[in-house]
Amino acid sequence: MKAACTAAALLVVSPAAAGWEPTKPVEIVVAAGAGGASDQMARMMQAAIQKNNLMKQPMVVSLKGGASGAEALMYMKSSEGDPNKVLIAYSLIYMLPLSAKIPFDWRELTPVSVIALDQFVLWDNAAGPKTVKEFVQAAKAASAPFKMGGTGSKREDHVLTVFLEQKTGAKFSYLPYKSGGEAATQLVGNHTESNVNNPSENLEVWRAGQVRPLCVFDKERISYTSKVTETQSWHDIPTCKEEGLDIQYLMLRAMFLPGKVTSEQQAFYVELFQKVTQTPEYKDYMEKQALKPVFLSGKDMLKFLEEDGQLNKSLMTEAGFVAK
Amino acid sequence: MEAFGLLLHGFAVLLTGKTLVLMMIGLVLGIFVGVLPGLGGPNGVAILLPLTFTMDPTSAIVMLSCIYWGALFGGAITSILFNIPGEAWSVATTFDGYPMAQQGRAAEALTAAFTSSFIGSLVAVLLITFLAPMISSFALRFGPPEFFAVYLLTFCSFVGLGREARHKTVISMSLGLLLAGIGMDTVSGQLRMTFGTAELLRGINFLVAVIGLFGISEILLTMEERLALRGHAAHISLRVVLSVWRDLPRYWVTLLRSSFIGCWLGITPGGAIAASFMGYNLAKRFAKEPESFGKGRIEGVFAPETAAHASGTSALLPMLALGIPGSGTAAILLGGLMVWGLNPGPLLFVEHKDFVWGLIASMYLGNVVGLVLVLTTVPVFASILRVPFAAVAPMIVVSCAIGAYAIQNAMFDIWLMLGFGVVGYVFKKIGIPLAPFTLALVLGNRAEDAFRLSMIGSGGDLKVFWSNGLVGSITTLALLLLFWPLIEKLLARAGRPRRARPAPL
Repeated sequence: MKAACTAAALLVVSPAAAGWEPTKPVEIVVAAGAGGASDQMARMMQAAIQKNNLMKQPMVVSLKGGASGAEALMYMKSSEGDPNKVLIAYSLIYMLPLSAKIPFDWRELTPVSVIALDQFVLWDNAAGPKTVKEFVQAAKAASAPFKMGGTGSKREDHVLTVFLEQKTGAKFSYLPYKSGGEAATQLVGNHTESNVNNPSENLEVWRAGQVRPLCVFDKERISYTSKVTETQSWHDIPTCKEEGLDIQYLMLRAMFLPGKVTSEQQAFYVELFQKVTQTPEYKDYMEKQALKPVFLSGKDMLKFLEEDGQLNKSLMTEAGFVAK
Repeated sequence: MEAFGLLLHGFAVLLTGKTLVLMMIGLVLGIFVGVLPGLGGPNGVAILLPLTFTMDPTSAIVMLSCIYWGALFGGAITSILFNIPGEAWSVATTFDGYPMAQQGRAAEALTAAFTSSFIGSLVAVLLITFLAPMISSFALRFGPPEFFAVYLLTFCSFVGLGREARHKTVISMSLGLLLAGIGMDTVSGQLRMTFGTAELLRGINFLVAVIGLFGISEILLTMEERLALRGHAAHISLRVVLSVWRDLPRYWVTLLRSSFIGCWLGITPGGAIAASFMGYNLAKRFAKEPESFGKGRIEGVFAPETAAHASGTSALLPMLALGIPGSGTAAILLGGLMVWGLNPGPLLFVEHKDFVWGLIASMYLGNVVGLVLVLTTVPVFASILRVPFAAVAPMIVVSCAIGAYAIQNAMFDIWLMLGFGVVGYVFKKIGIPLAPFTLALVLGNRAEDAFRLSMIGSGGDLKVFWSNGLVGSITTLALLLLFWPLIEKLLARAGRPRRARPAPL
């Protein structure tokens, strides 16, 4: 009897504890253009949530890639207290305030969860040098500017280029394009010699045999061993360290709510995205696009953000990209 | 002939009752969103995208692309009837389409617009069908110098071939370029002219400016002049349609030229807007009496519409083959593709034949069905003009405001739109053309980026614009067009003495 009572009480209590639920369609705010890595990830989550019925309200993707993503940051900042908007963030949350003096601090938003870590790979044209060593030699020997394509100025790709220069002594001309997709096609068309795109941005042209991955900027190789092209898997790409280039960089993919939302609202999304990470759509996406699946929330996430923010700040300072 | 077999396969995929019904629904929805000024294709497709998640990819993309075709057809309606272009590339259609409507020839203008849209898309679809693999490799040849050369060509063709006084064109264009600089500069990563406000960060949205410059300013002008839309008595019958069609063969050169320009610029990403302006300018340049353009000449509707739709359609090719969306709407379709697990890229054509050829087949069917649909409804749309101005004007203003707001969900954009309305009004009063201004606003940023990237890549050497046959010929053509009025005079002067000399002998 007592047990039944408790059970009944629990039944009554638990929906109340789950408490809050969105009453309007939820907007996933993408701080990049159409077709970029953030957009692809947002679409995957949108489909995963809808197909697995994880939320009653529909989810819509809204692209706010204006001003190199600053548009999305300011939009989130000005949406204080609105629990129907989630930002899919990446390292721009640390870098933009430093390089362009955007009045923004990630602490003004409500962290929900870190959902993945993204890799960076050094790519060149399939007709170009075959190894990192040959690549560095070619860059040093080049008489015309040796071109590195990337997304945006004074951001991840640009920072990596500066570190490549520092480690190898070669000189690169960095061409800031509007998106990773553009950087990919420009490499295929031989308008640049190389890029440092995320795996997802170069995946299709790699599969078509138009570009070659030289090395991955991580401590260890990517774990996925199933074949992506006819002969290679993600795991077959050596780390840059193995090839004598000691540069490492991983980028967060994390969800944020606007500032001043209630803890029930935050809890709802923590649970939602945890469920997303268990869907087949998410797992499939991680493997196909070579992302590292992680899930951090609460204190772990805050600790991660503080450390990651410090790291990015020191990298930006070292590269000389911090605006005075 | 492999393409032909694949296309037949595409039709087979498509010709099921369910797909055809979805196609009709898509077209009607598309025309509807296209007709609401400012809402347009991109927003329509974005709103309806989640509806298609539960469908299979082929049905979903067929429905979405039909919304796209519908919106394209619908966009011409507002350009002609209200002088409010829905998409960037409809701007040139207003030049002659709107005067025609004012003269009571709305039905004729609408028929011309729909027919030429159809012809333009048809040529482009044929091109996609048979030349897809070749064209996608052509698009890859475009690096920063090539892109800049194309933008330069567009700007130069405006100055050299424009109908207005050249200094006014240059003034208008420079103002547009100035405003295009607002916001984040991609190349240096710095903010420009934002004066510390968050609203100006993202720059001035082109559509917001267009809605204000053309739509709101038109309302202001109409209010001042006469409280009535002057396009009443729009009688439409099958006879109008047939008479426009009967005259069609006379304009075959214009149609062919515009289709060619459209296809060529469409496959260079972002070229669709440039195409419609260039189609219009060239038609005017080669016409016997260029002065009559802008005063309601049917060729002035044929030329930009054919070019815009040829490029709008062929712009889907770089999207599918390279993942570069050529227009706002194409960008949203791209998002849709990814939801269904289709990654645009060189392998899409190989690995997802059903989907690609189903889509191409839907371009044929969608266009034919769309044409019939809009032509039969022309009377309904043209009759909007018979509604008293006092009733229509507030509705137009409200839907303009909704459109401006919906683009970025920003209240600031509504104020911006009103501000541009006043600017447009003043410009029209002092005779400064609006088209170069809008063109500079939309292409200015890209032209600047392309130029600076070319300079970084070449180490500051201007010779890069003549570094290969492709970029060299485009740049040279651009400069020729810029100085065309001078060259024309010189040619005339050089020609006259020679002809005159034999006389004294």
